[in-house]
Amino acid sequence: MSAVLEVRDLRTAFPSSGGPVPVVDGVSFDLNRGEVLALVGESGSGKSMTALSAMRLVPKPGRVVSGSVRLDGTELLDLPVTEMRRVRGARMAMIFQEPMTCLNPVVRVGEQVIEAIQLHEDVSKAEARARTRELFVEVGIPDPEARLDAFPHQLSGGLKQRVMIAMALSTRPEILIADEPTTALDVTVQAQILALLRDLQRDRDAAILLITHDLGIVNELADRVAVMYAGRLVEVAERRALLSDPRHPYTQGLLRSIPALARPGEALPEIPGVVPSPDQWPAGCRFATRCPKRIDRCDTDFPEETAPAEGRRVWCHVHDGEGA
Amino acid sequence: MMGIEAYVWSNAMTGLLLVGMLWAARVVRGNRLWREAASELWRRRRLAILVVGLYLGIGVADSIAWVGGIPEDAVGVLPNAPLSIIDRLFLDTREASYSAPLASVEFYGGKPLRHPGSHLLGTDILGRDVLYMVFKGARVALLIGGLTSLIAIPLALFFGVSAGYFGGRVDDVVFFLISTLAAIPGLLLLIALIMVMGRSTVSVCIALAVTGWVGFCRLSRAETLKLRELDYVQAARALGVSEARIIFRHILPNLAHLIVITFVLTFSGLVLSEATLSWLGIGVDGSWGQMIDGARDELSRSPIVWWNIGAAGTALFGLILAVNAVGDAIRDVLDPRTMRGSE
Amino acid sequence: MGAYVLRRLAYGVGVVLGVLFLLFVLFFAVTEPEDIARKALGDKAPPEAIAVWLENHGYDRPLWPWQDFEENLLFDHYRRMLTFDFGLSDADDSPIVDRIRAGAGPSLTLTVPLLVLGLLTAIPLSLVVAFFRETYIDRMGVFLCVLAMSVSTLLYIIGGQYVIGKLLRWYPISGFDADPMMLPRFLALPILIGILSGVGGDVRFYRTVFLEESSRDFVRTARAKGASEPRIMARHVLRNAMIPILTRVVTAIPFLFMGSLLLEAFFGIPGLGSMTFDAIQSNDFATLRTMVYVGALLFILGQVATDISYGFVDPRVRVE
Repeated sequence: MSAVLEVRDLRTAFPSSGGPVPVVDGVSFDLNRGEVLALVGESGSGKSMTALSAMRLVPKPGRVVSGSVRLDGTELLDLPVTEMRRVRGARMAMIFQEPMTCLNPVVRVGEQVIEAIQLHEDVSKAEARARTRELFVEVGIPDPEARLDAFPHQLSGGLKQRVMIAMALSTRPEILIADEPTTALDVTVQAQILALLRDLQRDRDAAILLITHDLGIVNELADRVAVMYAGRLVEVAERRALLSDPRHPYTQGLLRSIPALARPGEALPEIPGVVPSPDQWPAGCRFATRCPKRIDRCDTDFPEETAPAEGRRVWCHVHDGEGA
Repeated sequence: MMGIEAYVWSNAMTGLLLVGMLWAARVVRGNRLWREAASELWRRRRLAILVVGLYLGIGVADSIAWVGGIPEDAVGVLPNAPLSIIDRLFLDTREASYSAPLASVEFYGGKPLRHPGSHLLGTDILGRDVLYMVFKGARVALLIGGLTSLIAIPLALFFGVSAGYFGGRVDDVVFFLISTLAAIPGLLLLIALIMVMGRSTVSVCIALAVTGWVGFCRLSRAETLKLRELDYVQAARALGVSEARIIFRHILPNLAHLIVITFVLTFSGLVLSEATLSWLGIGVDGSWGQMIDGARDELSRSPIVWWNIGAAGTALFGLILAVNAVGDAIRDVLDPRTMRGSE
Repeated sequence: MGAYVLRRLAYGVGVVLGVLFLLFVLFFAVTEPEDIARKALGDKAPPEAIAVWLENHGYDRPLWPWQDFEENLLFDHYRRMLTFDFGLSDADDSPIVDRIRAGAGPSLTLTVPLLVLGLLTAIPLSLVVAFFRETYIDRMGVFLCVLAMSVSTLLYIIGGQYVIGKLLRWYPISGFDADPMMLPRFLALPILIGILSGVGGDVRFYRTVFLEESSRDFVRTARAKGASEPRIMARHVLRNAMIPILTRVVTAIPFLFMGSLLLEAFFGIPGLGSMTFDAIQSNDFATLRTMVYVGALLFILGQVATDISYGFVDPRVRVE
């Protein structure tokens, strides 16, 4: 498989009175054609910012400080803004967490999808409208013709998210970035949307960067998983390998704390402590203060990237199978 | 110069004000959030705060008065009249009529002045030193902004918090009251109230308060509605804590930042309203608005007399601008929701 | 939505009744009709003249219903105000209704252009400032607005009259000529000054609205689709910002009839604002009372109109 998106050493920071605060601090990964890569982490880990950085949508006053994001060989971070706009929506599309607020409330949903098409392709309104109707069918919106003229407030959360997906896929992008697409939806609707994403991905052979904190979703959709903590990656592996044999203590802690995997009657294990904020990042491994496997070296040296097995990457001094 | 008994009142109020400010400073210093807000405010608006402080100082200086200590030959002053610090600084500086700033002769006619070169901003038609009048106007402006808010804010809180907290009939009554008052055009109601109540400083302040409290009442009502639903308030009610205690311990302290913001932001509007009232002839004596209104025709004289209206206008502008600047910064610092949405 | 509007109207009627009561207390209970008579006729007027005056103006009866249920000022007050029987001016005995009819026109020639031109000035300015948010254009713009807002309207008028009227001699300082050819010359200065004194506050308000709409999630979605910033401003932000802006404008429309007290008095325009000013100067309570009542009516009308306008602009409010 070849990489459609190559991210190298990406750094994004926000200015503050004490100096720039990094929220993405040197992240590198590949997204391959046709695969679903899940970017997992707690809130505040920097996973959403990583995606926004790739799209160059980092909200002011933050900015991408350094690094490289290559889409099919093209360096996105160097592109002039007008070129980047042609990439956004056409080759790289993004859907967000809150379908409630992500659609313009005074414009009909059909219009909004048509806008997405017409921004990038020279087609007539009628043609764009026809395509939108087909998309609505494809994403499972019932009574699509009528829904074209609906306003967002007339649709349920699940339907709105389907519209967002239709809008994102309308230009047949190479990459779809989904930032917590189901977090704000009911559990039953969640399952439907996940199934939809899975089907669409298979049909179109698109690459999906799925951002989530929910390991259940990871299990359902992901081919590979990248785990982030405090602005950096801590482990990257193929899904089955990660879930059955996690190497980084943080990943191990995450998996242990899933209720579904716990033994009945036992207390649910949790990772003690809280995620440190950027001004509290220690010199060494950022997980050290909460890590049950911590050794002295963890406090002073930041762990280098290691490859304990084919296709796996870990950042830890103590990961299983290797010594300190 | 003030009426014979009024000066005792004024001294007492000024003392109370200073004590109040010291108490407020202590409260702010003891609370981390407020302390950080205060130092952030100082960082952003040093100049504006100093300017406001200057006006405040002058106003206070004009509010402290006592009897006696007047030289025998002072012109135009009763020997037993109470004079403030500002009055005493400008004692016996009267001329016959107009004189330009720092002039040594009268403006019309060229007769030599009694105190040549000592009038920084000239004198007005009655020969009064303009700088003196500007200083005296400071007290009036601060009174209008301060006393009015002192009446309006508690009034608004009483009705607003009651309506928001108790809901039901109380809310209906208050809402009707607010709607009725809000339906009357502000300026007209103001005029009507003053025509009926008379032109003293206190009645003007009351009139301004009556026309102005509705806005903050709505705000505190809305905020109280939100606060009432908070978990710890619900818990307190479930535990049987008395309503009064809940209101004073949980609701009101959480409205404190809104009180500060409202006080500062409405201050300038009140002073500007008084200027309009002065022009209509129903303002407060000695205000800058009155100076401006009285000096209107001077611009059409030739040669033109500009220092009277210029001084009053600049003084008014200076205070309003400084207060607006501080007010904006206070709102940003105390109410993070208005800060532009970054994720 | 029809039911909602009806309900609002009904509540409005209740408010009108409340306003009338407040006015009654203010104008009659606090100041005796006899004092008003003396103010009009002079302190030395003989009692017979006062009695006649009171009768002519309808004040010759007790205030409250419990004093005389058939003939009392309270019921009279309500009956007459609600039937728009405004009576005679306390100052010069002229019928108030006629004066209102005469004054509405000139007021409108001032306030309507003022509103329209004010909008045409403030909205583009605030769009520009909001578009360049966080840059020095934005900061300079906000600073200028605060500066402009801090100047008293009085100073704008006096200064404007002096600089433009006297120094530059572009327009006459005051006066009014109903002839459509001459009218613009006399209105130019008050309108110009009116816009100047209001632009600071307006731009600040609209800028806040635009910035708030700009930071909404759907703007981020539009950016993610690849839309350009100008397009986002025009097609997404502006359309949503129209809702609060329209509220402000529609609320102001009824007041166009009332004119501007300051501008009309300063510039000698014979509109309703001038009439109110004269009423204040001459202690004409009857006229003042009427103007306050009319103002309240117009306000309530404005509220209902705003509610209706929502239905056109905000699809969330429309009933399908």
